[in-house]
Amino acid sequence: MSSRGKILSAVRANQPELRALPDVEPLKAYSSQENLLGQLTTVATNIGAKVYEIKNLDEVKTVIQNNFGSGKRLVSTLSELGDIADTNEYLSDLPVQLADVELAILQSGLAVAENGAIWITEDQMGQRVLPFITQHLAIVVKTKNIVATMHDAYGSIGITTQGFGAFIAGPSKTADIEQSLVIGAHGPRSMSLFLLSED
Amino acid sequence: MTVGLFIPCYIDQFYPGAAIATLQLLEKLGVKVVYPPKQTCCGQPMANSGYEHLTTGCNELFIDNFSEFDYIVSPSGSCILHIKDHLHSEGRENEAAQVRRKVYELTEFLTDVLKVDHLDAVFPYKVGLHQSCHGQRGLKISQMTELVAEPFSKPVQLLNMVKGIELIPLSRQDECCGFGGTFCVAEEAVSVKMGVDRVSDHLEHGAEYITGADMSCLMHMEGILRRQGSKVKVLHIAEILNSSVQ
Amino acid sequence: MSTMPTKDHAELAGQFNADENRVDWHDETLWWIRQKRDKAVNQLPEWELLRETASKIKEHVLSNLGNYLEAFEANALANGVTVHWAADAKEHNEIVHQIIKNHGVNRMVKSKSMLTEECHLNEYLAENGIEVIDSDLGERIVQLAKEPPSHIVLPCIHKKKEEIGDLFHEHLGTPAGVSDPQILTETARQHLREVFLTRKIALTGVNFAVAETGEFVVCTNEGNADMGAHLSEVHIASMGIEKIIPKREHLGVFLRLLTRSATGQPITTYSSHYKRPRSGQQMHIVIVDNGRSVQLGRKDFRNSLKCIRCGACMNTCPVYRRSGGHSYHNAISGPIGSILAPNLDMEKYADLPFASTLCGSCSNVCPVKIDIHDQLYKWRQVIVKAGYTTKAKTASMKMMQWTLSSPGIYHVAGKAGRMVMKYAPFAVNNALNPWYKQRDMPKPPAESFDEWYKKNRGKK
Repeated sequence: MSSRGKILSAVRANQPELRALPDVEPLKAYSSQENLLGQLTTVATNIGAKVYEIKNLDEVKTVIQNNFGSGKRLVSTLSELGDIADTNEYLSDLPVQLADVELAILQSGLAVAENGAIWITEDQMGQRVLPFITQHLAIVVKTKNIVATMHDAYGSIGITTQGFGAFIAGPSKTADIEQSLVIGAHGPRSMSLFLLSED
Repeated sequence: MTVGLFIPCYIDQFYPGAAIATLQLLEKLGVKVVYPPKQTCCGQPMANSGYEHLTTGCNELFIDNFSEFDYIVSPSGSCILHIKDHLHSEGRENEAAQVRRKVYELTEFLTDVLKVDHLDAVFPYKVGLHQSCHGQRGLKISQMTELVAEPFSKPVQLLNMVKGIELIPLSRQDECCGFGGTFCVAEEAVSVKMGVDRVSDHLEHGAEYITGADMSCLMHMEGILRRQGSKVKVLHIAEILNSSVQ
Repeated sequence: MSTMPTKDHAELAGQFNADENRVDWHDETLWWIRQKRDKAVNQLPEWELLRETASKIKEHVLSNLGNYLEAFEANALANGVTVHWAADAKEHNEIVHQIIKNHGVNRMVKSKSMLTEECHLNEYLAENGIEVIDSDLGERIVQLAKEPPSHIVLPCIHKKKEEIGDLFHEHLGTPAGVSDPQILTETARQHLREVFLTRKIALTGVNFAVAETGEFVVCTNEGNADMGAHLSEVHIASMGIEKIIPKREHLGVFLRLLTRSATGQPITTYSSHYKRPRSGQQMHIVIVDNGRSVQLGRKDFRNSLKCIRCGACMNTCPVYRRSGGHSYHNAISGPIGSILAPNLDMEKYADLPFASTLCGSCSNVCPVKIDIHDQLYKWRQVIVKAGYTTKAKTASMKMMQWTLSSPGIYHVAGKAGRMVMKYAPFAVNNALNPWYKQRDMPKPPAESFDEWYKKNRGKK
């Protein structure tokens, strides 16, 4: 018999009688829907993100121009940022050719207040490796797209057909050396979170 | 109500004061107490070493000695937990089940059955309370710091009725002392280090006495205190609660 | 069949305790993480309900695992992923080796996977001429030190920064004496970035595999799994059969529990959901049994398969904190390792269920409510019955059984006749007695309680 057959028959022989699958609904009752923007701002700041409340994308440009000097490679999935970042050519690069990206500015459709996590799917990444390989990461998310908890988050994203998606919470970090927190392990050294409220 | 008093072997032989205090305290609270003379041990030393199959004799003896009582009370959370979790009898499983339901560690008996709300005890010292794991996490006589749940502590509830006592805080409220039965010799180095650390938490917070509902943990810490030449003493909680009940 | 370890837990723990300052440092570091965990979980009033729900989801999965494995496989295949099945560690290693060979390369980058530690993949591949570089910082550090990880979440928690500085000086060219974590981490970043950019094959572990979608989720803080996977031409993901969860919505439960339990963070920086390979990329999943289906059949121990590898039981364990992960001489150390290891080799790991005071803290912090300390107790019974214990111990237990079952023999009057004086470890004042080495024995009182009772209450 193949290993597949052996494993499956051993599992079926040894698994106990069927137990019921519990409902996750009761957990949702605990989600606090109040002041999601405030919750998200506090948590995201605590995990090392820099949070900006903005009213339009021009404010993103100002922040970026003040923080990232010229001469560096900036890429973005937002066509509105075409005047400060490459919004097209990087798409045909090999993943390794993105190694010199200084800043990637991406857009997300979902932020989670309880943990500061931002959900990004591969079509919002431009290239899968981009949010990880870039030296710095900026993400724009609309304030109306903030949900309270991970239960709400999965309720919102459902079973998307994207090939890849990730929750990203703050900059890359490690505490492997004596539990000293160091920001910028392998991924971005900083994460700027732009919370866009529309009039 | 008649209570059968179960005195674990090492308390019988090394800490008769804890047993006498338990007996006197229960009597002064109006309980009729009987000490069955043929009792020996709950069998835990063997069971925790992996020899539960050798405890049949202890189990049968325990049922013989105690099944007639309304309650069975003991000043040792660890032994009571063992009885509650592991006392079985092939021929008399019904009686065994009854015994498992009727056994109480002393402090939970005082708070839950006798519902003691007042004691005349006086003990004007700084006291550190050691939350023994089997009493706390096994019998749940105190809330556990790992859980998200309302705090409570039956031993503290009782100690707060004692006049003059000052309960000192601890940095680690419910860390194990490292006794662990045969663990204390099989894993000598770690056991001692755990004991040393537990004792220093009490010492750093100014304890004059260390108390608890389990004499075995106290025995372990006493062994360390005495080796260090410390003047700090261990006392079973029954001895404090009985300190001057009128 | 199996070989006994040269040293058991007690002996290795004894060595660790030779340096008390280091024990204190290790204990305090891990206790600090336990405190961070407490702080995080206390912010969620629903914490205990979350644990209960997670535990029940896993219980359900274990009771329907055959179907879920097949559903996961079918969905993964439909997603364009190649699925392999490995009955044991050897087969897992061979499958990975074959994939590497097929791609015509001889090196690979790997993110954290305790399963590959369990299978000793790195050693196997090295013997076959394949170089593997571990990309998690902690794992890279222990790899440079030629040591196994000592903790499943914090692989080099036993190492001081000065020791890591020395390793980096030797292997990565940092100046001698540099031990600043910031500088060392930056050095590793540069070193590993070059590795990520040049490896064509990346292996990652799997935190959760979703039957409903055929996707798997990998959680890291550093971003190393994603750097490896997205830059590679071939992504291999190794998972144990117990990693399955039924639906995507269940990730909400487990991702809320995992890092709060592990480090007190609300979530890892990256929770990556891999479903389909990137265009032009190959994705392989290796589903590994290696004893898990046997453990599934052990009624008393199957719940150990609920483990989501958060490491909370290690951080809280007063024994682990004072004995170090290497004293468990197993890929997975601490309380959870002590109930998993005997399933793999009862003789070799016969000592581990005894490396505990059964204090129960592990079971209380476990996010999936595994009854760890009860299983430790139960493994002791199984191990003794299977004969993996010393004859001397059995003899002394039988003597105790005989004495304690006979009230007449037990209740011999007077100090000299007392049973405890003869057999209890703490009663023998003797330099060879492990109790007496660092602890005083209790003072024998003039009379036992039994004697006092006869005198004072006997006539009633």
